[in-house]
Amino acid sequence: MVHLTADEKAAVTALWGKVNVDEVGGEALGRLLVVYPWTQRFFDSFGDLSSPDAVMGNPKVKAHGKKVLNSFSDGLKNLDNLKGTFAKLSELHCDKLHVDPENFKLLGNVLVCVLARHFGKQFTPQAQGAFQKVVAGVANALAHKYH
Amino acid sequence: MSLTKAERTVILSLWDKISAQADVIGTEALERLFASYPQTKTYFPHLDLRPGSAHLRVHGAKVVAALGDAVKSIDNIAGALAKLSELHAYILRVDPVNFKLLSHCLLVTVASHFPADFTADAHTAWDKFLSIVSCVLTEKYR
Repeated sequence: MVHLTADEKAAVTALWGKVNVDEVGGEALGRLLVVYPWTQRFFDSFGDLSSPDAVMGNPKVKAHGKKVLNSFSDGLKNLDNLKGTFAKLSELHCDKLHVDPENFKLLGNVLVCVLARHFGKQFTPQAQGAFQKVVAGVANALAHKYH
Repeated sequence: MSLTKAERTVILSLWDKISAQADVIGTEALERLFASYPQTKTYFPHLDLRPGSAHLRVHGAKVVAALGDAVKSIDNIAGALAKLSELHAYILRVDPVNFKLLSHCLLVTVASHFPADFTADAHTAWDKFLSIVSCVLTEKYR
C-alpha cells in the first residue's frame, strides 16, 4: 500500500493530469533502453536499437512505452490497491516475461527523470517525493506475485 | 566502467551549464534527496536541513564543487577524489546505497533545470559519471 498525504495525492493528480501519457511513455522506455542498455535483453523483437537515436525513434519502443504508461496510469487511479491492480501483470512478468523486478525500479526512476524534464520547476522536491512513493509502490506491486 | 570520448564531451558541455548555477543545483539535489528519501537525513543530525537553510546551501555547494573536481580530472577521477574517498571510508561511513539515491536526485535536478540539454545521451553519460564517482567514494570501505 502506498501512503500518500493529502498534499502528495493532490500533487500527483495535478501533475499527472498534464502528462501526455503516450509521449512520456515512449520517452521513458526509450531512455531505459539507452541509459541501461542491458535492459534491451527483453526486446530482441523490437528491431533497430543500435544507437540512442534509433531507440528513441523506434516505433515499437514508442508503442510499448505507451502501453506501459497507460498501465501505470491505471495504478494511479488505484493507489489504495496497487497489489490487486497489478496482480495479473505481476504473474505475467514473472511467469511469461521473466523480468527481474530490479528493472521496475530502474524504469520508475527513469520516469521520474522524464517528468522532471517535462515539468521543470513545477516538479518540486515535494512532487518528486510523492512520485518516488508511487513508482516504488508500483514496482513492489509488480514484484508481489513473483515466486 | 570507463567513459568514452563522446561521453566525456557530453559531460563537459553539460558541466558548463551546471557550474554556472552550482550552488542552486547542489542545494536542490539535497532538498530532493531529503524529501524523497527521508532516511538520508540520519547522516546530518548536526545540520539544519529545512529547505532554504544556509547549511543546505553550504553543503550543496560542497557536493557540486567536488563533482567539479571530478569533471576537471575526468581522466583520473580516483586521483581527484582520493581525499574524499578516505573521508567517506573512515570518517563519514555513509552506507553505499545512498550514493545511488543522491546520484538519482542530481540527475532529476539537472533534468528539471536543463530539459533541452538533458538528452538521452547526456542522461546516459551523467548516470555513468555519477556511478564512477560513487564507486570511487566507496572503494576504500573495506
